[in-house]
Amino acid sequence: MTITLEELRDVTVAAVVDARGTSCPGPILAAKKGIPGVASGAVMEVMATDSGTLKDLPAWCKKMGHEFLGVIEEPGYLRLFLRKV
Amino acid sequence: MAQTDKKTIILFSGDLDKVLAAFVIANGAAAMGDDVTMFFTFWGLNALRRDQKPATPGKSPLQRMFAAMMPRGPEKLTMSHMNFAGAGPVLMKRMMRHNHVLSIDEMIATAKEQDIKMIACTMSMDVMGLRADELIDGLEFAGVATYLGEADEANVNLFI
Repeated sequence: MTITLEELRDVTVAAVVDARGTSCPGPILAAKKGIPGVASGAVMEVMATDSGTLKDLPAWCKKMGHEFLGVIEEPGYLRLFLRKV
Repeated sequence: MAQTDKKTIILFSGDLDKVLAAFVIANGAAAMGDDVTMFFTFWGLNALRRDQKPATPGKSPLQRMFAAMMPRGPEKLTMSHMNFAGAGPVLMKRMMRHNHVLSIDEMIATAKEQDIKMIACTMSMDVMGLRADELIDGLEFAGVATYLGEADEANVNLFI
């Protein structure tokens, strides 16, 4: 379930993974590395510059069973949010 | 809930671009929680060669010739298209660096970190005169039955 942009801006982020500057499959590798440090039910943010991440992180979430919340597009990079199941 | 599947990839090609594609898929699948087995055969074995030439007593002249003519490791691989007598790979690697794509060496290191199983085909090693100590560490050595056994358990199988 994707939530609204307003809700996304207010969400409490437990961990931020900075995958900016990495190319495919860098962002999902970073997500894999980051997720063990996040508690179940908490939100992790993945920062990325590879535009493919817009599709890849939701696909990763679906596969891993996590809930993809949505994305905030900042100038020059993406902030993607997911809730660990 | 997360579901662990299995992917198997046969890397037959020793072309830089195809080796790169194989490792991107392998590392991507492992990042998605899958078990991944890569089976290296024929030219694909060249991606696993050490750049240093070890002493290899007992090789036949033909095996020595093969070993000398084939690329020794990822840095020496050529491209399937636009190789331009070696200029192509130089440009490709420059563009990969520019776009922050991991080098093949880094891809192999990442594959090891992610516990991707890398199997070198012993039959092709014999044919091409490659010894285990000419290849990088962390490999398993086996034949077609091992690969087929792995493929039986997988839901995706690629031949690259």
